[in-house]
Amino acid sequence: MTVDILIGWLQQAIRFAAFIMLASLGELLIEKSGSLNLGTPGTMCVGAAAGFISVFYYCNSTEDPNAAIIILLALGVSFVAATFMGVLFGFFTISLRINQNVVGLVMTMFGCGLAEFLSVYFIKSESGNVRCQEAYDVLTAKIPFLSDKLGYVSDILFSYGFMVYATIALIVGMMIFLYRTRAGLNLRAVGENPGTADAAGINVTGYKYAAACVGSGLIGMAGIFCVMEFKSGAWATADVPAIEAFGWLAVALVIFALWKPINLLWGAVVFGVCYWAESYLPQMGIVISTDIVQMLPYVITILVLIVVNLRKNKENQGPASLGLPYFREER
Amino acid sequence: MNTNMTPAVTFRGVTKTFGDNYANKDITMDIYSGEILALLGENGSGKTTLMNMLSGIYYPDGGEIFIRGKKAAIRSPHDAHELGIGMIHQHFKLVDVFTATENVLLGIRGEGKYNPAAAAARIREICATYGFELDPSQKVYDMTVSQKQTLEIVKALYRGAEILILDEPTAVLTPQEADKLFSVLRNMRAEGKTVIIITHKLQEVLSISDRVAILRKGGYIDTVDTSSATELSLTELMVGKKVELEIERPSVKDRVLRLQVQHVNAFNSEGTQVLTDVSFDAYGGEILGIAGISGCGQKELLEAVAGLQKVEEGSEILYDDPKGKRESLLGKSPKQIKRMGISLSFVPEDRLGMGLVGSMGMTGNMMLKSYSDGRSLIAETKAPKELAEKIRDELEVVTPSINTPVRRLSGGNIQKVLVGREIASSPAVLMTAYAVRGLDINASYTIYHLLNQQKQKGVAVIFVGEDLDVLLALCDRILVLCGGRVNGIVDAKETTKEQIGYLMTNLKEENA
Amino acid sequence: MSNQMTKKREPLFHIVRRDNMPMLAAWGYRIGAFVLALLLNAVFVWCMVRVDPITFYSTMWEGAFGSESYIWATLKAAAKLLCIAVALSPAFKMRFWNIGAEGQVLIGGMAAAFVMYHYTALPTVVLFLVMIIASIIAGGIWGFLPAFFKAKMNANETLFTLMMNYIAMNVVDYFYDKWRGFRSALGILNQNTKIGWFASIWKDNDTDGLMTNEDFWFIVVILVIMTLMFFYLKLTKQGYEISVVGESHNMARYAGISVNKVILRTMILSGAICGFCGFLVVSSQSHTISSGLASGYGFTAIIVAWLSKFNTFTMAGVSLLIVALEKGSALMANTYGMRGFSSSAADVMVGAMLLLIIGSEFFINYKLMFRKKDKEVQAA
Repeated sequence: MTVDILIGWLQQAIRFAAFIMLASLGELLIEKSGSLNLGTPGTMCVGAAAGFISVFYYCNSTEDPNAAIIILLALGVSFVAATFMGVLFGFFTISLRINQNVVGLVMTMFGCGLAEFLSVYFIKSESGNVRCQEAYDVLTAKIPFLSDKLGYVSDILFSYGFMVYATIALIVGMMIFLYRTRAGLNLRAVGENPGTADAAGINVTGYKYAAACVGSGLIGMAGIFCVMEFKSGAWATADVPAIEAFGWLAVALVIFALWKPINLLWGAVVFGVCYWAESYLPQMGIVISTDIVQMLPYVITILVLIVVNLRKNKENQGPASLGLPYFREER
Repeated sequence: MNTNMTPAVTFRGVTKTFGDNYANKDITMDIYSGEILALLGENGSGKTTLMNMLSGIYYPDGGEIFIRGKKAAIRSPHDAHELGIGMIHQHFKLVDVFTATENVLLGIRGEGKYNPAAAAARIREICATYGFELDPSQKVYDMTVSQKQTLEIVKALYRGAEILILDEPTAVLTPQEADKLFSVLRNMRAEGKTVIIITHKLQEVLSISDRVAILRKGGYIDTVDTSSATELSLTELMVGKKVELEIERPSVKDRVLRLQVQHVNAFNSEGTQVLTDVSFDAYGGEILGIAGISGCGQKELLEAVAGLQKVEEGSEILYDDPKGKRESLLGKSPKQIKRMGISLSFVPEDRLGMGLVGSMGMTGNMMLKSYSDGRSLIAETKAPKELAEKIRDELEVVTPSINTPVRRLSGGNIQKVLVGREIASSPAVLMTAYAVRGLDINASYTIYHLLNQQKQKGVAVIFVGEDLDVLLALCDRILVLCGGRVNGIVDAKETTKEQIGYLMTNLKEENA
Repeated sequence: MSNQMTKKREPLFHIVRRDNMPMLAAWGYRIGAFVLALLLNAVFVWCMVRVDPITFYSTMWEGAFGSESYIWATLKAAAKLLCIAVALSPAFKMRFWNIGAEGQVLIGGMAAAFVMYHYTALPTVVLFLVMIIASIIAGGIWGFLPAFFKAKMNANETLFTLMMNYIAMNVVDYFYDKWRGFRSALGILNQNTKIGWFASIWKDNDTDGLMTNEDFWFIVVILVIMTLMFFYLKLTKQGYEISVVGESHNMARYAGISVNKVILRTMILSGAICGFCGFLVVSSQSHTISSGLASGYGFTAIIVAWLSKFNTFTMAGVSLLIVALEKGSALMANTYGMRGFSSSAADVMVGAMLLLIIGSEFFINYKLMFRKKDKEVQAA
């Protein structure tokens, strides 16, 4: 029945959307501080690999894995590993003042390599697929009652793992941070006009580093989230390029969302619908090339970029100093 | 003024150098609470540098600053805030996409929870106290220049500024807006605040200030009570005695009309009118000086002639070539002007940002004007190389090689390269903006000499300058710009320094 | 009291830009960073698989240049990387961040493959002409679009070109899937007829020697492009305009250069060469199309072009170096894979080396001035 197909499609789209928007949220935070981090895909891969390896080891080393420890390990380790990437990015772009694009691209190459390396080295199975059922069960646990007792409402709104809701909560938290706190105000000022921020006594370097670290951490968590939700807790070294591609999609989503956290929520779902069109359109008897549909997110993002510049509405532009280095005038 | 009071600010022997130049030398003065002090001086007299030391942008090389009687080390704008010093710069430090309130709150620490509503209420309170008009929820990109300035002042007051410094606040304001600003400043004085206003507009000085401190060439001259000052007395203090310079002024018999600029109006990219009904003629065989406070439209005027500044309809720029043909330069790009066979040379103020390619050697820079000559795809390099060598030899440019990037040369040598190139194309009109700024005496005289040579060749030379002594000694006629208008064209042999200083700072009624 | 405050507030050092480091010294820093990276990698390899540095370095050398076939593989890959970097050089010299080389190569290759797939009846010369023109136009369009929106409305070119990559990938995937039909993979195009291959230019019977070696001609053509680009940037009027626009738009206006025209022209050129590179790869190397055609070199080339500072001959050296590292590490992975040294360890090594080398740029462009020495340093 068409409705069921549509619901299935939407469910998959939302599952897909959740980890993409988490990665985008991290990148958004970094971009708000004025840094364009093209190392996002690499960071996401590193987070995924590190997070998975840690839970994999833990689950294999104990008879009765503890759910809390699994969550802590998966999220914590991926966050920390990705923060390491953020520190590197910050060191090269902020302290050493090397071009952000160049550093970002190297970070992506390095990060993808590192993720594969870690996975081969620790899991000792270059081609084989391993799975961590316990971690999957814990990290995609659904909310009791709400997820199955309310018919379509359950199907559409509550059929997902708790991480999906945690991500939404994080986005709300980010909105509060950016628009309702002093630190958020200062951070946005750094991304808009670092000279002014500096003159107002704001520690520009500190904010940029902090954003790079925390943002990268979120991107890393999106990595392990992707492995659990999208790959159903299975890991193969060969999956790294797929995660890398999701990382690029996350970079696109930040633009698509016009650098506003709230737009990530629905923007990611649009991306998810496009991604899953492959499986659901044929079921509905619609024949269209999936490659063309998968191209849509990028096409729309470019259109958004054009329209934003066309309308010259300052509210919808990216941070004014995005991608530009900042040096205080020599005194 | 009650001199028993502790001064709000005391400078004692304050000195600041940049390289070998003194920006401020041994400045000692007091500024009191509840007064409006005008800081008066020509361009480059060190007013802004002195105030930047008070607001934490620069740190003095020598001397001491006391705030309310206590010795202070002001090392950053933050230190200045804590001492209750706020400075409103000419270039506003505001975040465009933020509201007024957000800009005010920027960087404030330790004030409890972030509460824009409460801040907005306090902003309204401040506005009510002093008579500002400001909407706390308005975004900066929607604001006029005057509103942005208001916001900057409110920002300083919000942070508890007791000493407020305004750097040429009226330069960007209409007369009505300036009046409004002044009434606010008077309110602040009534509240016991110290207001320091940097300006060169004498009428304003007389109408707003209590005392006037005068700086000249980095040094402190005097502080006088405004009530006992006149425009003439202030001008004399500001420009000083005429210095006799040994610059020649060869006379040329046959002056020919070369350039007619008529009713030129122009706006800058921010939409402010920068040139208003500017008209003048320039003759071959004379040097026309252009005097004015900086930012009075000199740059835009030269760029309008060179085809780089858009001018409004109704403007006209006519060029008479030596054969007697008259052509309009209006709306022509530099390339089109060149294609018309008109040799127009322009030495811009921003030497390395506009006139010369810093990363290229002399040869590469010679090509900037000639690279597109000929039909070949390959750029001609032989002639530029020869020209570079010729300029190096004739003007004695000190450079390791003609391929050394020019930005590594000294200021004087950079200017020789630029002027040399512009002269080499045998121009009919040669425009120079601040051609000797930052140059030592010898290099300056080389430039004067080159300009005189051009004049004798029958070139119409336009010389925008800031040193009145030089303008008086070098030029034949001097056009004085004031606020984007022509406030008089005088004969340099007849006029006095005071008269030019007066024209620079006082817009005549009939021109206003 | 004042002194105490001084101590508290002054940072240990401050950073000053410098632009006068002699070229040799600058290369000294870069080579120093490279050597340091090699040493670090030797340590890394020792810790991981207990291979001593001498064996490590000789294996690396072996993998890159150890035999004729290794040398060919290295040179081919280096040429491909070089070609893309050369294509990027005019854009970068103009300070236009073209991140879209990967897509420009793909779309050019796609256009070439499309012609050789569909127009097999054309005479060889015409076919090649059409392939070349199609690939150049396709790449040119991919370069033109971001440049147009940059020139007209100042749209961020980094983000724009980045998105264009993925559109190109999906276009390629579309045709790949369409042509593949129900087969598992597309396979080689025109395998039997060799239509559209370099190899179809010469007769089958003279099989020996360089003259009939597709790889050889691939490399030669790219070296020619490299040389032409070197002189284009250095000697031509257009090259001069690119330098001036890259320096400052204001200066370009002063010199009477139309900034928008130069941006458009240069990006079309940059994209067109990338497209042509796609044609070269399809016609002489892969003989097929897939979204892996550029093998990520579109991104690596950005690093090559940036490191080489617009000098295309330097790009040749840097490309060779990076590819040699890749190939050498690949042999390391082959040899010591059993001990856990995977091909991805090789990626980590190359990535770490690149990070170190780009990090050395800081010391070339800036110097640290320690507070105490302030006066002397400034005087010097």
